[in-house]
Amino acid sequence: MLSKRIIPCLDVREGRTTKGIKFENNVDIGDPVEMARFYYEAGADELVFYDITASHEKRNIMIDVVRRVAETIFIPFSVGGGIRTLEDMRAVLLAGAEKVSVNSAAVKNPAIISEGAKAFGNQCVVLGMDVKYVGEKKGIPSGYEIVINGGRTYMGLDALEWAQKGQNLGAGEICLNSIDADGTKDGYEMNLTRLISDNVTIPVIASGGAGKPEHLADVLTDGHADAALIASMVHYGTYTIHDIKTYLEQQGIKIRKIAK
Amino acid sequence: MIVIVDYGAGNLTSVARAVSYLGYDSVITDDPEKIASAERVIFPGVGAAGAAMEVMRKKGIDHALKQTFESGIPMLGICVGCQIIMESSEENNALCLGLIPGKTTMFSAQNSMSSAQSSISASQNSISTSQNSISASQNSISTSQNSMTSSVLKVPHMGWNGLNIVQEHPLLNGIKPEDEFYFVHSYFPVPVDQGDVYGKTEYGITFASVIGRNHLFATQFHLEKSGEPGLLILKNFCLWES
Repeated sequence: MLSKRIIPCLDVREGRTTKGIKFENNVDIGDPVEMARFYYEAGADELVFYDITASHEKRNIMIDVVRRVAETIFIPFSVGGGIRTLEDMRAVLLAGAEKVSVNSAAVKNPAIISEGAKAFGNQCVVLGMDVKYVGEKKGIPSGYEIVINGGRTYMGLDALEWAQKGQNLGAGEICLNSIDADGTKDGYEMNLTRLISDNVTIPVIASGGAGKPEHLADVLTDGHADAALIASMVHYGTYTIHDIKTYLEQQGIKIRKIAK
Repeated sequence: MIVIVDYGAGNLTSVARAVSYLGYDSVITDDPEKIASAERVIFPGVGAAGAAMEVMRKKGIDHALKQTFESGIPMLGICVGCQIIMESSEENNALCLGLIPGKTTMFSAQNSMSSAQSSISASQNSISTSQNSISASQNSISTSQNSMTSSVLKVPHMGWNGLNIVQEHPLLNGIKPEDEFYFVHSYFPVPVDQGDVYGKTEYGITFASVIGRNHLFATQFHLEKSGEPGLLILKNFCLWES
């Protein structure tokens, strides 16, 4: 039986992991390659890297990070942030990423999903969605709207319709981020996750709001998510991957056990 | 030298990186002569079997692989590489290499209809045969019940799943019952002869995820993305005597 996936997410700016990451042991606290290795050994099932480098000219720094990560870990990882063209996708995949995630660029130009899927296979293309609850209204029948620019720009696009369109265009997976829940540590947006997951046939990764292992258990059962993204709860050492997986297993959730 | 076959199915560098990490040299090539004269051959791949076969025929790689199969050179197929060794694939009705009798078929909606039922029987099997603790078995029951509530079997089968070894093989030496492997696929091989099946995996239905014959071995999962157990099988292959 398929295991539920636990996926740490790393924000990378100009080749360094951002935020004041605090690890114990001797792990260099800001190097994404060392962090990748740390999470690989700790039992992460997959990793997500978001390139938040402001300047498009400095993309080569990220490509170098991707290449070094690929030489260091042997689990799948995806790269998102600033992916605008087929060439951007190709560069990331050739450097060794398993998947590439498109978000704003896909909203502005949905064809990038189908072009990417055709060129590299559906399984390579992750549709990243940033979503806010706005209430049911004209044009937004689900009540959830797609936003970009970190939640500042409303696109007048219904989240459920966009998820289904993304799937039809060839996305192989959806990474569903609730802007409302993001950073709260109060748990994932359950209604949104269930709504999207129940109405697409591709896997859904829940993102935003994870603060403790119970939140992951909720979203992986009642939320119908296939995988859960985590960030600060492990970056700051509050929990380890092992803590989380032990808890999930106690709850009867199928996870990949970590060899000790 | 280990030859990694380039037939336009991508993901080659990941396999080369994993082989290099294990301390072995490899070369990526689409040259049939180099393939036919290799010490070991790996043919990885993602994407469609039909497209892969088209490239192989165009470049003469299909003949080279049949030749290496006849001469007993160790061969390792990964993912699509595990599908093209069958006689045919339902994916675009592609004619394949035919090194192992049987075909490649797709996870279907029909499979998903029966998914809840087969999950339960799989769990019951695991109780009677499992050496796990009682609590672990109970976990597997409750998980199956969860799966009954979500009726749709998502395709592709993407993520980590277990491997039930049904026949010993040198390449599976050291693999533990709890080890899991990373899958991304919508199609799977269905060998006619159960003697060609070494491992099975459960996803709605139970399918052959590790197959082989003579010096050909193939996994439906991605060895290069399956952490330490994947690297172990890859290392076993690099050491496999023909």
